[in-house]
Amino acid sequence: MSIQAIFFTLITITVFYLAFRRYRRVARIIYLGKNEEISGHRKLRWRNVLLVAFGQQKMFKRWLPALFHGFIYVAFLLTQIELIEIFIDGFSGRHRFFSNKLGALYPLVLNLIELLSVLAFIATLIFLARRNLLKVKRFWKPEMKGWPFLDANLILIGEILLILGIMTMNGADQVLQSLEPAHYRPTGTLWMSASLVSPLIHNLSVGTLEILERSGWWLHILVVYGFLLYLPYSKHLHILLAFPNTYYSRLKPRGRMDNIPEITRELKSMLGLASDEGEQPSTEIPEFGASDIDQLSWKSIMDAYTCTECGRCTSVCPANLTGKKLSPRKILMDIRDRAEEIYTRLESKDAKYLKAEAKDQPLSLANFNDGENLFNRISDEEIWACTTCNACVEACPVMIDPLDPILQMRRYKILNESSGPPDWLPMFNSLESGGSVWQVSEDRESWYKRV
Amino acid sequence: MEVLTVQEYIARGDKPEFLFWVGCAGNFDARAQKIVRAFATIMNQLGISFAVLGNEESCTGDPARRAGNEFLFQMQALQNIQTLKAYEVTKILTTCPHCFNTLKNEYPDFGGEFEVYHHTEILSKWISDGKLILEPREVKEKTTYHDSCYIGRVNGMYQVPREILDALALELIEMEQSGSRGLCCGAGGAQMFKEDESGDKRISTERAEQVLATGARAVAANCPFCITMLQDGLKAKDKQDEVMVYDLAELIIRQNHW
Repeated sequence: MSIQAIFFTLITITVFYLAFRRYRRVARIIYLGKNEEISGHRKLRWRNVLLVAFGQQKMFKRWLPALFHGFIYVAFLLTQIELIEIFIDGFSGRHRFFSNKLGALYPLVLNLIELLSVLAFIATLIFLARRNLLKVKRFWKPEMKGWPFLDANLILIGEILLILGIMTMNGADQVLQSLEPAHYRPTGTLWMSASLVSPLIHNLSVGTLEILERSGWWLHILVVYGFLLYLPYSKHLHILLAFPNTYYSRLKPRGRMDNIPEITRELKSMLGLASDEGEQPSTEIPEFGASDIDQLSWKSIMDAYTCTECGRCTSVCPANLTGKKLSPRKILMDIRDRAEEIYTRLESKDAKYLKAEAKDQPLSLANFNDGENLFNRISDEEIWACTTCNACVEACPVMIDPLDPILQMRRYKILNESSGPPDWLPMFNSLESGGSVWQVSEDRESWYKRV
Repeated sequence: MEVLTVQEYIARGDKPEFLFWVGCAGNFDARAQKIVRAFATIMNQLGISFAVLGNEESCTGDPARRAGNEFLFQMQALQNIQTLKAYEVTKILTTCPHCFNTLKNEYPDFGGEFEVYHHTEILSKWISDGKLILEPREVKEKTTYHDSCYIGRVNGMYQVPREILDALALELIEMEQSGSRGLCCGAGGAQMFKEDESGDKRISTERAEQVLATGARAVAANCPFCITMLQDGLKAKDKQDEVMVYDLAELIIRQNHW
């Protein structure tokens, strides 16, 4: 085994081990959420994965960004083929393992990857310019300051490095094929690297070219590994979670809010109606709605980790458009940050996060209390501003539902704390006393009787 | 005008085909009363068998549920379902998208399974069945259409209302944001019953600006709350006398001189 192959194997094992731990952490954070049964309709779910995640259907509401995003996405998918060869070459110390096994398909696939890589390179430069120079409104909202802004740029720079790596490798390889045919197997002409890269380097010595070829190879695989480890910290995780997130997206009608069965049981016994479940109403009053991660559905937390902060939801939100503080994207970013915070605190096993009555117990979600919740990050003003218009739900390209957590938080405030906009009190009161949203003196027959 | 309650209808030894769910707005709001009268007029003209619950009708509970008051919502839902079942109601018509959505999508969770139609759907059906014949129009009038969230995005009806406008031979000019991208009027989610959170402007003003940008002389809508909001928005721009806001049912009775 060559030193390079040993080195590659060691790095690969380390990276995969670290990645496994980090992704397992994300999965565990998602399961901090409340259990919600999402199953059935497998055909429809796979259809969503195919059309919306794989086919990027909802991106095409805005065709220009969809096109450029499409270049990067298809390049990413195709490069996975190249990556298989890189793995085999890396472990075995061979060079271009597939080159004499796939026949004419090999240069075809490589040329396709190169073409998409060049298109992706252009798209990435455009995206960098759009984010930093064009000042597209949705990228400059308050929640995008600091880390989210840096994160977005780091991803784009990473993509540039990936493509530079592969093009340098191929460009040097093209020249070396004519100089050292014994070691550098013929691949056929790779049009993009042969015309864009090779002319710049064809005068270099064989030794320098070999170093360049290896540097390109290592740069590419190391940036791939970098991405693998970086994704769980980044909004870029959407490249993986978009698939399960569309699969598990809720299929119920948009206009159907989730029921709270405890309330139904309570009311049915109050009204003397037979309860279908035959259960006795419990004497203990549970908390309704959500004030924190453990009261939100696991799907809402997966939504938060899937969000790539594109801001399509915020850019169509009527409240946000008219200058209110509500931004659906921010709600999801806050959920992710809070989930991270809770998990990190749970990991610390620090007794200061224990509920008062749970002294000396090992710290777990059940006895966790750090004196904070989602309302430390999301103000009342934000959740009261929502018109439930579903524009955010409609806009999300990866089927995130920003509306559900907003409504859950409203429920929490109203049902447990009896706090809310004072204007709603007269509406609640007249509903309760007279069954109408307004306090009225007329009856429900006068609209046709008094004409 | 001639409208019977279900009780009166049954007392005559008959059963109505449809229950007309009027809704709080239709019952009490002066502007919305015109809409429900227009729709009842159409039904009377076509000889549709329908009745109302009258004073036995109560709010569906939608604003309470969207405001987070699940207790109050379910109270309304359970009581309304009891009333509807007592009269053996099977088909419901309503002119309010919020009542429509709650009756159709949310009551089944509480054992209330009914066939529910928004008047947009049923009017379009009566037109295409040849039951509702519209008088021809000489002058094409520039009209824009405002998609209500609960008929459009929430219940997926974008084409149906436009078919009615087409049948009315109006010249439809779409707004900058329409169909699945339509901008909310600002009333949904119980916003109708509270002051706006602080911001740059009212949502209804923003929408009115989009209406004005089309140059249309009329806006068609199909939600009593949207209609209130659009009128407020136009008023804020001092254009309430230049651009009229109509419900689809009102456009129909106007065209047929009923």
